[in-house]
Amino acid sequence: MIRRLVPHPGLSVLLVIMWMVMVGDLTAGALFLGLLVGIGVPLFTAPYWPGRPEVRFLPGLAYVALVVWDIIVANFQVAGIILFKPNHRLQPAWLAIPLELDRPEAITVFAGTISLTPGTVSADVSACGTWLLVHALHAPDPAAEIARAKARYEARLKRIFA
Amino acid sequence: MTAGFSFPELLASALIVLGSGLALIGSWGLVRLPSLMERLHGPTKASTLGLGAMLVGSVAFFQLVEGKWTTHEMLVSVFLFVTAPIAANMIAKVHLHQLRFGKEPGPAGPPAAPGPDSQWATYEAPRPGTPGCFADEPAPDRRD
Repeated sequence: MIRRLVPHPGLSVLLVIMWMVMVGDLTAGALFLGLLVGIGVPLFTAPYWPGRPEVRFLPGLAYVALVVWDIIVANFQVAGIILFKPNHRLQPAWLAIPLELDRPEAITVFAGTISLTPGTVSADVSACGTWLLVHALHAPDPAAEIARAKARYEARLKRIFA
Repeated sequence: MTAGFSFPELLASALIVLGSGLALIGSWGLVRLPSLMERLHGPTKASTLGLGAMLVGSVAFFQLVEGKWTTHEMLVSVFLFVTAPIAANMIAKVHLHQLRFGKEPGPAGPPAAPGPDSQWATYEAPRPGTPGCFADEPAPDRRD
């Protein structure tokens, strides 16, 4: 019964939080409207999103914290490259990352993470969905870069989208 | 500390200067890097930590000086983090198409195909069985 009324509890919680953040003050009226949105929207959109993945929330939060930290660190590394590394010593490379993730949602999060962390931009997936094409600004050792992305992000995402 | 400057104001201005400095470095990268794919890395910087630092500065200012919580900055950063990779991805895909029509590749060269019987999705329609391609799959189980 409760599952039928709230088909996607995570999305409902997220929508209520987003609504409260948007309204910007904690009143009962705002919370009531937020709950209406948080329960209504998943109810009406559930038929268009079949086979949703289960998401583990605590590892998900830890993952967000890890990515924010990596963004900060990598920003300064890339700022250093832009300021101090001349073009002829720059070694940009295409990386083809073999994917072990098989959920479209998980691959999307993986590709988004790679684009957000400065120094790498994800460009494409292969037609069979098992490779991710990534451009790296400075990768003297592409194999090490691929292994790092797989160990640091993909392994965690596999646990989150189990 | 000189009169007229409080700690919160100094903190907020330091964060704003840090953010705009990073945005400036990102823009300088856009000018000096050798080709399109490398230049794509410049704006990703400006829009992540550069804007993030400015938004944290804004939150700190309104909280410590005006004494009220503003939460809209969080929404700005969330939507930016969701949309920025998509914009970069679209530009990269256009670049991949242009490479086929004789555009000079950058120093990284054109990307190699992932395998002997496989090609990038920009060049070839997704095959059945690809994640997200439900054509040949049985009806997905609904959890009620």
